[in-house]
Order: sequence, then C-alpha cells, then structure tokens
Amino acid sequence: MKLFKITTAAAAFAMAASSAFAATEITWWHAMGGALGETVNKIAEDFNASQDTYKITPVFKGTYEETLTAGIAAFRAGEQPNILQVFDAGAATVIGAKGATVPVEDLLTQNGVTFDINNYISGVRYFYADAKGKMIGMPFNSSSPIMYYNVDALKKAGVTPPKTWEEFQSVTAPALKKAGYIGLSQSHLPWIFTENFMSRHDLPFATNDNGYEGAKGTKILVNTPPLKNHFKALTDWQKKGYFAWYGTGWGDNQTPFEEGKVAIWLGSSGSFGGLSKKNLPFKFSATFLPYWESVTKTPTQTFIGGAALFAMSGKSAEENKATAAFFKFLTKPETQYFWHKQTGYVPITEAAYEMAKADGHYKRFPAAEVGIKQLSLPAGKHTKGYRMGFYVQIRDVMNREYGRILTGETSVDDAFATIEKESNALLARFAKTQN
Amino acid sequence: MKRAGFTSRWLPILLLVPQLAIIAVFFYWPAIYAVQSSFYLQDPFGFGSTFVGMANYTDLIGNAEYLKIATFTLIFTLLVTFFSLTLALLLAVKADNVIRGAKTYRTLLMWVYAVAPPVAGFIGLIMFNQSWGPLTDLARSIGWEFRLGVNFNDTATAMVIVSVWKQVPVNFIFFLSGLQSIPRSVREAALIDNRSATRRFWDVTFPLLAPTGFFLLIINITYALFDTFGIVDTLVKGEPGNNPMTLVYKVYVDGFRGNDLGGSSAQSVVLMVLVLALTIFQFRLVERRIHYT
Repeated sequence: MKLFKITTAAAAFAMAASSAFAATEITWWHAMGGALGETVNKIAEDFNASQDTYKITPVFKGTYEETLTAGIAAFRAGEQPNILQVFDAGAATVIGAKGATVPVEDLLTQNGVTFDINNYISGVRYFYADAKGKMIGMPFNSSSPIMYYNVDALKKAGVTPPKTWEEFQSVTAPALKKAGYIGLSQSHLPWIFTENFMSRHDLPFATNDNGYEGAKGTKILVNTPPLKNHFKALTDWQKKGYFAWYGTGWGDNQTPFEEGKVAIWLGSSGSFGGLSKKNLPFKFSATFLPYWESVTKTPTQTFIGGAALFAMSGKSAEENKATAAFFKFLTKPETQYFWHKQTGYVPITEAAYEMAKADGHYKRFPAAEVGIKQLSLPAGKHTKGYRMGFYVQIRDVMNREYGRILTGETSVDDAFATIEKESNALLARFAKTQN
Repeated sequence: MKRAGFTSRWLPILLLVPQLAIIAVFFYWPAIYAVQSSFYLQDPFGFGSTFVGMANYTDLIGNAEYLKIATFTLIFTLLVTFFSLTLALLLAVKADNVIRGAKTYRTLLMWVYAVAPPVAGFIGLIMFNQSWGPLTDLARSIGWEFRLGVNFNDTATAMVIVSVWKQVPVNFIFFLSGLQSIPRSVREAALIDNRSATRRFWDVTFPLLAPTGFFLLIINITYALFDTFGIVDTLVKGEPGNNPMTLVYKVYVDGFRGNDLGGSSAQSVVLMVLVLALTIFQFRLVERRIHYT
C-alpha cells in the first residue's frame, strides 16, 4: 500500500512536471534559403529563448512554389505545419481555400493579442486581406521593386537617377550609352513591369476590384495601351542599347549590374542586404521605380511582393496559441528591425519603422529606406493588391510571351492578346474549382 | 523447347505477390487516381472539385502552346536518340579496335554514366554560362552569340548537347559488349571476303548489332521523353519562361508549380497512352523483324 502511494505520487509529480516543462511545439515551413534562412533560424531561436512555453521549428522547403505545393500536399494528408509561408502569387490559392487557414486577425484576437491593422505600414495592410479588409495572412518578408543604380556610372555620364521613363529614354540612357554602359536591366518582368506597373500608375489590373470580390468572372486587364506602350518602348530601348534582357532567371539580370556593365537595375528592396554584403567595385544606391508622366502625373505606391505567413487550420487550441505568441513576437519592433537590418525586407509595422529611423539606420544606409518609402507613397484606387487564381501559371504565360517579345519571336500586340486570352482561360478554370 | 513448370499453382502466385504489390502501390493506384482526377477540376487544397468530363482533354487539344511543346518534345527526342546512338556506336567501334590502353579508354568513356541528370544539367549551366561559360566563349569564337535562357534555339541546343552527353556512355557500354559478343570466326570470315572495313561494318557487324541497337532505341526514346526532366529543370532554372520544355516538364509545371491537378493529370494520361503505344510498337511490330541470336 505504501509502495502504491509512492508510485502514485511519483506518477503525479512526473505528469505535473511534464505539463510544466514540455513546451508546445509548432512548425514553420518557409522558402528562405541561404543567408535569409540563417536569419529566419535566428528569429526562431530568439523566440524559443525568450520563453519556455512554446518551441518553434523552422523548416526550409525550397522555392516559393515548392513550399506552397509541399504545404498543400501536407494539408491534404492532414500533416500540415502550423505556419506556412506563401508568396504573393500564391495568395489567391491559399486565401480562396476557405477553411485551409485561420485568418491571422482572428487567431490573434482569440488568443488575447491586440490587433490593429493601422499599426501596420499602409502598403502591407490589405494585400493578404479579404475583400472586407480582414487580414488573413501575416505579411512577413515584404519587399517592393525599386531602382538600384551605379553611382559612379551615373556620375561619369553626368546624369541623375531618372524620375520618369521619359527622362530615362531621352536623357539618362543616351548619356549612359555614351559613357559605355547599358542603361537598364530588370529581374522579374511580370512582377516589376506588369503588377507594379499597374500599382505605380494606379491602373486596374483585373475586374472585380483586382479580383478581391471573388474569382467568378474576374478578368485580367493587361491588354491595354499604357502597358503595351511600355513594352514597345522596351523593345525600342533594347534595339538602341539602352536596355538588355538576360532571360527569365533573376540572377542572370542582376549579374551584369554587379559586374558594372549595366548602370541601372530594377530589383527587390529585399536585394539590398545581399548587394551590400558583396563589396561591389562601385558605389550603389537606390530610389523609387520610375513612372510614365504620359500615363499619370501623380504616381502611387507599389504592391508588396515577397510572402506572408499563414496559420494553417486543423491545429489544437494550444498550438494556435503558440502560433499567436510567435506572431506577436515576430511583429515586435525589435524583431522587425532586426529582420529589416539583416535582409533589406521592409519592416511591416510603423513602430519598427520609427525604431529604425531613431536608430539612424537610414542615415547610414539611405538606400535601405527606399522600399518602405515607396510602399508608403499615396495609395490609389487600385494599389492595395490583386487576387487572381492560378496566378503562378499566369506569371509563367507572361514570362513566356515577354521572352518572345524580347527575342523578336512575336510582336507586342500578339503577345498581349495571347496573355489576355490564356490568363482569362486560367482564371475561368480557377473560378470553377472554387465551389 | 521444354517447359519448366511448378507442381503447385499457388507457389508462382505467391512468388509474384511482392512484385505485384509494389507495382500496384507505385503504379496502378496512382495511374487510376490520375485518370480519375483528369475528369475533374479541383481546388488545390482539395475542398471543391467539379466534374468537367473531357474538358481537361479538349482544353489540351485546343491549346496552341501545348501543341508547340509536343512538337518540341518530338524533335528533341529524335535528336537526342539519334545523336546518342550514333556517337556511342562510333565510339564503341573505335574503342573495340584499340588494343593498347583499352581499359583506360573504356573507363573514361563510361565515366559520365554515373552523373545524375540534375548534376549534368548543372554542369551544362556552367559550361554555357552567359558571361563566362567556356562553351559560350567557344561559340562566340565562331561567331555564334550563344545565349542560354534567352534564345529558344540556343537553350534547346544546350538541352540536346547535355542530354546526349549524359546518355552516350550507357549506349557505349551496350554497343561495346554487343561488338565483343560477335564471334571472332564471323569477323575473320568477313575479312577474307571483303577488304573494305566500312563495307564489312555495314554488311556484317551492323546487322549482328541490330538487337542491341533496337533495345537501345527504345531505351533512348524513353530516356529523352522522361529521364531528361532533371536536365531540363536545371537548365531553365525552374523558370520556364520562353524556354523550350518537354511534355513531362509541362506536367510538372502545371501540377506542381501551378497546382492545377486536373489539367496536369490529363497531361499525364496522354503520356501514359504514348508509352503504351510505344510498348505495343516495340513488341508487336518490330520485335518480329529483329533476329536475336
């Protein structure tokens, strides 16, 4: 009898101990490779060290596309992670699948974390939100396309960074050509010269309020004069040696800028961290994406690119609480500032932005502020984002046709007619899956 | 011919079960699932699914881009198969004649066999790099502005070269052992009949190599159609853009990048039918005309 009592007491103690010390474990699947991955791991370690109730494990799953596909496959098998990183082009897929995720706004308020969308910087508020403005995904690595330039090259040519495309084609590019440089390259035609072309000029990108009002009947609006004229200008610049295209790969277009052959490169504000670590043989800086004065006199903010974190559904209340606690940690100004400093991605809250300013980060690196400033420019009617299904394939169609334009296989008019036709067919297919 | 037999009916079935189970789990079940999903349009997360009948198939036939990819796949397969076989045959015939250092030559020629397709693709990326690739420089020296990933034909050329390079060793091994199994007496008899080495090759050696050649033909066609996936994926850097791609890669692009399960399933069913046709062709039409020794 005594022995029984001891064992019971021991068992009770063991149970109490395990419930007190075993942290709730959650997983986070992400697509951040290389140096970015190390920063992700550091954030996770810091979160785990900051408390002992929860433990997060980040897992690198490959490219954005691979991560989304892995997450979907896992969800269908009931093995989904607690947090899945989904990129901008996959937003419609994950947000359209109601019941796949717990809206981040609900997750936070249900777990006692105060949430106010106005604490976030204006450019990131609604991209991953539903039509009513409820935040579904937590913006994580937020970036925007900005213009990097070789300071030495521009000085040599005696020009300043162009504010408009008109200035680029009549002043900047000819001077750079005379100085022995190719004026321009860019790393992502659908992202920079289509999606953000629309937001920079406040043009509608799709019907149904850029697709936010639902998949049914949404049609893409790319076969329009402003965008077609832009691509006609590009082919003209290419002929004159003002612009060069090195294929669909991101790095292939960035390399000539790093080698000093190309003077201006359009890339991601998130490229800043990587570029500054490379010890380029010249001084570089960055500024806003140019716009066509002939299209608008009041250019607007750009879309956020990058990706957001989604809390997957089908998890216990305990685990959701852990996810909420992690999101709270992630949006803290200190965490955001650390992430911003390390990577160049923009801080997503006003408080973090203020902290970076107060710390003198932008005095030291003025170029680091360009992304967030561009995202904080005046908003327009069509600048909160876009929501189109099968958008990864639509981007593939754009990449294919743009490549054909720039290799002379097709004309701008034919290419845009094809993009419009194939994209609308994909959108209609996607609408059929959303019953 | 005397037939070997089992005394019990159950023993052979029992012995077949493990193999059949593996085929059922890894082939029949996914194949049936693919056929089934090819008639539906599915929400990627599996919430909604609409029966669309043959729509996924009619969409394919009506899609100019799909037909372009099919045409490219056909040309690609023909080129890869032709060059892999002819180069390997040439190397095998030459290596068969070498007496001194024969083993070293053979080992060197077989070496590449061990390279995995994505690694072969990666080596291709380095060789054809736009700014400093040695083969890009070589092409430039003869006035060919080679641009991998920009120009469709240049990328296609790189895909063919890397795929052929990767496949030649396999064919070489088979051709060489085929050559060595031709009896010495036959060759010596031929030598007396005809002094011309070329004539002897076409009249005697080549027909005797036909079974090996035919087997390799089928192997090479399936290689070019399916196993080059890794090479294609690496050379286009996972971003198809305006680059050429094969039908198998298109299945991956639509299914695994684009999450369009219905459309992607319909494409895999088309490929399954293609392989079925190829197999029937192999067994019914050609095997009858080839004489195995």
